[in-house]
Amino acid sequence: MVSPSVTNGVRDDPHVELVRVRMAFGDREVFRALSCRFPRGRISVVLGGSGSGKSTVLRLIGGLVRPQAGNIWVDRDDVTRRSERELYAVRKKLGMMFQDGALLDSMTVFDNLAFPLREHTAASEAEITAAVRTSLDAVGLSRVDELLPGQLSGGMVKRVALARAIITRPIILLCDEPFSGLDPVSVKLIEALLVRVNRQLHATMIVVSHHIASTMRMADRVVLLLPDGTVDGTAEELRRSTDPRVVAFLSEDAPPPAPAADARW
Amino acid sequence: MVTVVEDLGWSATRFVVDLGRLARFAAQVARAAVAPPIRVRLFVQEVFKLGVLSLLIVCVCGLAVGMVLSLQGYHTLVRFGAEQSLGAVVGLSLIRELGPVLTGLLATGRAGSATTAEIGTMVATEQLDALRMMSVDPVDLVVTPRALAMVFVMPMLAALFIVFGLFGGYLVGVGLMGVDPGSYMSSLQSAVDFRDDVGGSLLKALIFGVLVGLIATYRGFFAAPTSAGVGAATTSTVVVASVSILIFDYFITALWGV
Repeated sequence: MVSPSVTNGVRDDPHVELVRVRMAFGDREVFRALSCRFPRGRISVVLGGSGSGKSTVLRLIGGLVRPQAGNIWVDRDDVTRRSERELYAVRKKLGMMFQDGALLDSMTVFDNLAFPLREHTAASEAEITAAVRTSLDAVGLSRVDELLPGQLSGGMVKRVALARAIITRPIILLCDEPFSGLDPVSVKLIEALLVRVNRQLHATMIVVSHHIASTMRMADRVVLLLPDGTVDGTAEELRRSTDPRVVAFLSEDAPPPAPAADARW
Repeated sequence: MVTVVEDLGWSATRFVVDLGRLARFAAQVARAAVAPPIRVRLFVQEVFKLGVLSLLIVCVCGLAVGMVLSLQGYHTLVRFGAEQSLGAVVGLSLIRELGPVLTGLLATGRAGSATTAEIGTMVATEQLDALRMMSVDPVDLVVTPRALAMVFVMPMLAALFIVFGLFGGYLVGVGLMGVDPGSYMSSLQSAVDFRDDVGGSLLKALIFGVLVGLIATYRGFFAAPTSAGVGAATTSTVVVASVSILIFDYFITALWGV
């Protein structure tokens, strides 16, 4: 584990914490001893190049993949010690916005949003309808209830996915590449939505992205995954950093670094 | 030589691991089938997709097989002057063997492959992961209704196949070859035992339904999350389920005389 080169500017207690996590897929080791913390109620962004393991961080937190070693604390629960059935209780505290939406393609938008409420609450159909309307309003969508996911644009899919992720009022929201494949206007729209959701729900948000401009605008804390270690701090701290690895990653004009022969940490 | 032995060992190990995983998967499905929530609406939807939408193909194939069987049977029986037994030959062949086996193969090709492709696509598009993140067990929501529906519809499709086969056989035997209709029906009635033949046939179809339902859902559930992976899983379902049906058919017939 390489020591952070940037001082941690956010001192809040960690809501989610990874401690010396080792993760490998077959022979390919993604993390050797990854440790990082995500403070309660704040927006944390995990930055990194393609294949750096950003999405794996979210899947580890959600218990969708199991690490070979280490601990992952989610709201005081160690998800690495829980069985799949026990994880369902932990996941009720989480909402996840998948990169491509992962909307259930046999259901309409309305049913996609109503689904978690129908599964886990005793709410009446009238209450569910009201909750769906509120969630869709929160992401600025209307008149899409009866559409199927295949009939939505990329930006609309992201917004419906966000609406579904927040409909159960999670205390931790995981967002996997919310800006990927979007035009600049849609990027700013999703960015504003995420900030607003964070302010309204006071949820801990962990956003995986390689969109540097949005990250620097919205993040309370940034975790940068680099081939030879992690760097974390506030967006401002990273911007002022003189660490050549950080400078190289954040500068769009910087030449691409040579690929490491044995990139791991 | 060492490589060949290594490859053989690796294949055998993988087969045993796969078998164990399938058994555990089957236990999960069985538990989900009896534990609440019982998803009746999804089950009915799947019965429609797997059963009702297969009706046409099953009826047409049953009719065609019955007609061919009658034609072939007549030409063979007439050599021995036994064409009056055509009803018994067509009936027993369809009920004891061809009905359940061919229905199983048809259901594998039409409904089994579709089930694998559908679940595999859900894997590739992270829909099953989304369900897990919403604290919903995908085995309970996605797999179990499909597997149960397959078990439920298979005997009914087999029965329908047999009925249309008998009708096709009657059309050709009586209408085309001039066999006496009374002889056709009486030989059919006297040769077929309801409990041993019809009951055994439906039991066979039920077992094939379990096989196809489990293999199709298992292959889809563990498909590699790529388009090539979904394609490979679909092909694998058709091959493995078809071969399993034929092998199980032999053992069921040999052990139980069905």
